[in-house]
Amino acid sequence: MTTTAETTAYVPTPGMLSSVLAPATRPPRPSALSASVTFGWRAMLKIKHVPEQLFDVTAFPIMMTLMFTYLFGGALAGSPTEYLQFLLPGIMVTSVVMITMYTGVEVNKDIEKGVFDRFRTLPIWRPSTMVGYLLGDMLRYIMASVVILCVGLVMGFRPEGGFVGVIAGIALLLVFSFAFSWVWTMFGLLLRSEKSVMGVSMLVLFPLTFLSNVYVDPSTMPGWLQSFVNVNPITLLVSAVRSLMGGAPDTGAVTGVLVASALFVAVFGALTMRLYNRK
Amino acid sequence: MNEPAIRLSKLVKVFGETRAVDGLDLEVPAGAVYGVLGPNGAGKTTAVRMIATLLRPDGGEATVFGHDVVREADAVRSRVSLTGQYASVDEEMTGAENLILLSRLLGHRKPAARDRAAELLEAFGLTDAAGRQVKTYSGGMRRRLDIAASILSTPDLLVLDEPTTGLDPRSRNQVWDIVRVVVAHGTTVLLTTQYLEEADRLASRIAVIDHGRLIAEGTPGELKSSVGAGSVHVRLREAADRPEAERLLAEALDAPVHLEADPVALTARIGDGRDEVAAAQASAALARLAGAGIVVDDFSLGQPSLDEVFLALTDHPATEEAAA
Repeated sequence: MTTTAETTAYVPTPGMLSSVLAPATRPPRPSALSASVTFGWRAMLKIKHVPEQLFDVTAFPIMMTLMFTYLFGGALAGSPTEYLQFLLPGIMVTSVVMITMYTGVEVNKDIEKGVFDRFRTLPIWRPSTMVGYLLGDMLRYIMASVVILCVGLVMGFRPEGGFVGVIAGIALLLVFSFAFSWVWTMFGLLLRSEKSVMGVSMLVLFPLTFLSNVYVDPSTMPGWLQSFVNVNPITLLVSAVRSLMGGAPDTGAVTGVLVASALFVAVFGALTMRLYNRK
Repeated sequence: MNEPAIRLSKLVKVFGETRAVDGLDLEVPAGAVYGVLGPNGAGKTTAVRMIATLLRPDGGEATVFGHDVVREADAVRSRVSLTGQYASVDEEMTGAENLILLSRLLGHRKPAARDRAAELLEAFGLTDAAGRQVKTYSGGMRRRLDIAASILSTPDLLVLDEPTTGLDPRSRNQVWDIVRVVVAHGTTVLLTTQYLEEADRLASRIAVIDHGRLIAEGTPGELKSSVGAGSVHVRLREAADRPEAERLLAEALDAPVHLEADPVALTARIGDGRDEVAAAQASAALARLAGAGIVVDDFSLGQPSLDEVFLALTDHPATEEAAA
């Protein structure tokens, strides 16, 4: 072995390397919560390094709100301002549920990279990697909700439920979005490319958000469509959020949303983890 | 230590029609560097991924320090670190962020994680690049960061999957130096490689695998004595001298001489596993050629290439290209 005296930027010295290998007592493995929060921090760092990605949680919701209020307002409710009172909770739900699909895209982009292998060889609570994505995404959902709320208030949205009602509505929306995102973590692990994840997401999200009570009262729809709209979880969510923001909480709808959320986590969370462990 | 670091018995992994690992038996003693040598597609990476709990075996058994990789995956994970073939670090994050993240995941609290990251960045010569995104790093820097990440909590077994593939010679030497220090510290290192030279320099034992099976195993010395310690490559000035050169070389080297397609080139596999014997034979051969007045343009003594090892062990070359 030759050790030439090169003037290199880096020459590993055994002394220095040995000192960092010193057997410091190994810390206990992190708790499930701590590991999840750490992965959430990772998601935040990614936003910090690529802030352009926040475009979809700011510009897109503003566009949706403006477009649908002025497009349908006059025809459906007499005036855009009046329509806005009905539409805003629904458009907030639509926008936030739409951006949940980026969770799947992120997971799919990461899974091919070597760094995922490292996460999977760590002795940590297995779902924490996935929960971390969702925690990072919660920030995006909050941003989108706040942006829409602000635009709405400027345009004349005056919720009867006041501050508390609005916060309760957004909180319920966040709970549902967190649970619903597990559908996308599953697809992110299942499908081969980012594009196919996007494609499937659109295929699921368009009918789910449009065939609901977001834009019009379902009683104006043909019977066969009503039967779909009425079992659509988005309809339930919109009713619940609307009732909370409107100051007359619909306990049935709120409970229904919480039950649906629990089911989404139970079913798609389990499927996600199965795929994650098998990958 | 009696218990081996890794024990594989009849390990199998099938992908569709391909038996990537096909009944692999292996025992890796603790506390040393163990080399796994094989061409692309031999099943090295698949085997390593099963050892690191990333893939579930389809048959057979694998244990790491006595823990089964399927049933006791967490126990295995807490003792093994893997540095994959493709950098197992996050490109979009900075070097420091990568190490802090992993350190946190190993259970260090934030201030301790930060200190540990700084310490390792310093030792691996990455302090100046700590705040830069990893995608701006050179291959060598990336590999160093990757290994640093693997020893955040000094593992009992460090698995390096082709750690020097694609690196320039200087970076490769740095990786070798790091491996030596890590193993001197008591960590067992499992290293896969396509280069016999690398396995020879670092490993105390080498397994040669092909088509998912073990085809040879032993110390570098044993392995080389089965294939010859080295090869002599000779290029002559005049093609007309070749028959004479062939005769002289065969005599001096006491080995069959191979005539290459190139009309001025000859090759011979020599030595009985001992480098000093090979060197003595080679210099004697060169003197004979000079004595006979044959002009030699190029004369080199090197280790047998992976292709030559494979030819000797399996009668087929390591790669399709080599067969062509």
